[in-house]
Amino acid sequence: MLEVKDLHVTVEGNEILKGLSLSIKAGEVHALMGPNGAGKSTLSAVIAGKDGYEVTQGSITFEGKDVLEMEIEERAQAGLLLGFQYPVEIPGVKNIYLLKAALNAQRVARGESEIPAPEFMKLIKEQLNFMKMDPSFLQRAVNEGFSGGEKKRNEILQMLVLQPKLAMLDEIDSGLDIDAMKVVADGVNSLRDQERAILLVTHYQRLLDYIVPDKVHVLVDGRIVKSGDAELAKELEANGYEGIEESAA
Amino acid sequence: MATEEMEQLVRREYKEGFVTDIESDTLPPGLDENTIAFISQKKGEPEWMLEWRLDAYRQWLKMKEPSWAHLNYPPIDYQSISYFSAPKRPEDRPQSLDEVDPKLLETYEKLGIPLHERAALAGVAVDAVFDSVSVATTFKETLSEAGVIFCSISEAVRDYPELIKEYLGTVVPKNDNYFAALNSAVFTDGSFVFVPKGVKCPMELSTYFRINAANTGQFERTLIVCESGAEVSYLEGCTAPMRDENQLHAAVVEIVALDDAYIKYSTVQNWYPGDEDGKGGIYNFVTKRGDCRGDRSRISWTQVETGSAITWKYPSCMLRGKDSIGEFYSVAVTNGRQQADTGTKMIHIGEGTRSYIVAKGISAGKSDQSYRGLVKIGPRAKGARNFTQCDSLLIGDTCGAHTFPYQEINNSTATVEHEATTSKIGEDQLFYCQSRGITEEDAVSMIVNGFCKDVFQELPMEFAVEAEALLNVTLEGAVG
Repeated sequence: MLEVKDLHVTVEGNEILKGLSLSIKAGEVHALMGPNGAGKSTLSAVIAGKDGYEVTQGSITFEGKDVLEMEIEERAQAGLLLGFQYPVEIPGVKNIYLLKAALNAQRVARGESEIPAPEFMKLIKEQLNFMKMDPSFLQRAVNEGFSGGEKKRNEILQMLVLQPKLAMLDEIDSGLDIDAMKVVADGVNSLRDQERAILLVTHYQRLLDYIVPDKVHVLVDGRIVKSGDAELAKELEANGYEGIEESAA
Repeated sequence: MATEEMEQLVRREYKEGFVTDIESDTLPPGLDENTIAFISQKKGEPEWMLEWRLDAYRQWLKMKEPSWAHLNYPPIDYQSISYFSAPKRPEDRPQSLDEVDPKLLETYEKLGIPLHERAALAGVAVDAVFDSVSVATTFKETLSEAGVIFCSISEAVRDYPELIKEYLGTVVPKNDNYFAALNSAVFTDGSFVFVPKGVKCPMELSTYFRINAANTGQFERTLIVCESGAEVSYLEGCTAPMRDENQLHAAVVEIVALDDAYIKYSTVQNWYPGDEDGKGGIYNFVTKRGDCRGDRSRISWTQVETGSAITWKYPSCMLRGKDSIGEFYSVAVTNGRQQADTGTKMIHIGEGTRSYIVAKGISAGKSDQSYRGLVKIGPRAKGARNFTQCDSLLIGDTCGAHTFPYQEINNSTATVEHEATTSKIGEDQLFYCQSRGITEEDAVSMIVNGFCKDVFQELPMEFAVEAEALLNVTLEGAVG
């Protein structure tokens, strides 16, 4: 589904990713772990198309299409979704409005019609209940005045409404208490099926107790230095990244 | 997003640019006492009105054009302007829409203002000002049953001279400022609204202005009076055809609210802003002032300003009555080479007076925008309160936003609050929306409309819809 090959990325002249390769197949959940500054967030940002990242070498393809040739919105329309670590506030724009605009933009891009209002309301209500969110969320401005936990739930809510083929969730666990983490994890797990894939970017192993990954990658200094199954995360938790770096060296 | 892309996005063409071919009875350019006598005669005015105009003209001659605004434009040659233009057969005015020149109706159609439909569907009385003479007035009967007078100012001078003598020039004196004095001398048309004691006007009153004949300055004069306990909501909307030469517009709007009266004045302004180099746009020098003359009276200004090459405009409130309220809600959008120096004045004179100011400025392209606001608390304004919120949004990095807030407080019991923000349209916000599949244009439109929401919700429903559409057209490319 997603193929990243020998990816080199610089930000303001500094090389952050130095030859990263990664292959994600439909139905898989991958966890990308690593110390601060290793380039974890850079990878998902580059895939989503954020400005300011220069790809100097390598390629990214999604379902055979060259992602780097696509506009930001085209990537989303193709089924890629980035869940933000720090979702931005958009004053005056209601959550429900953004959700509807996004869903319809994606449907229209796929050649479908816009969603009828009653159907949309039904869909939203189901997902709100699932995420244990109050309907008043919909009338609030996007992320404005949201607590850290509310922002993360809102990201997952958007994901559940948009049903991406590949969800890239950047530090979706940061700032969550244990109850909120369970709700967020349930949301993510509900998206798991044979057609979809998930890339979790995280610092800590604890999220992976709730969302058990098929594959774990350790990113250090712009390269994946080790890959394994869920056990690798536990190993990291016990020995830290330094142990991995040494064994990889 | 790269700067060039931004620039490309903010370029857009004026959508309402076309010229209606109707023969005009136009004065040659030039201004002297004969010009004024001609206008007064054309309007069939009584002698006292002519004297009033001439007095204004003589004062204007002694005045100097103000230069304090943060605006840059070549000197205006007042002798190169024609001061009167009217469609032919002014005595033979149409009595119903069927008699209105079909070309004019077509013009409104192009503007998306199907007059009859609009009037019938929305129940809005329309006093359409085309060039300088009112050509269609509807729903007059319903209004007159309620005792409301809604007519052109020229008619009012002839038919209600006592009311005009009592109120005209009492809010904006003839010599108030350079442009107001000029307007007082040469005003050609505009509206008069009078709502008698205790009457709530049964419908929203709406006037569509349209500058048309080339080189003809428009000098509208509007007077709205609400007696004790009366209420009215007045809507003013403007568009103009594309032109090569600058067109001067110097309107005066006077509003009087007596005890417990409430007047809501809403404007959507979309005059031609000039081309990409700023050539050909409207110069808009407007004096708008409300007088909360009575106790507990309330005047509310709401404006959406998207057009004109130059805007000089400060809708204000004189809060004289005890516990009276003044409000100013404004969205100003500048793009291309547009320049706007706009804001408000809240003059607190009476006890317990309150004022609210919410000003949102959006600058794009190479435009320059200033908010200029005065909050003045007089010595007798015990317990007066003001709250000001003033936000600027920048699109791209070649535009400017400035804020000039003035506060003069002469009573220690007053409370004055001022909040201001300046932000660039967040690339993070754009990226967030786009990464959900929304196009850049739609994302910008969404963000800007969100930014303006506090003001849009003050507009009457139909105007709010129009305002959003207008914003999208104005910043098409830049703001969807």
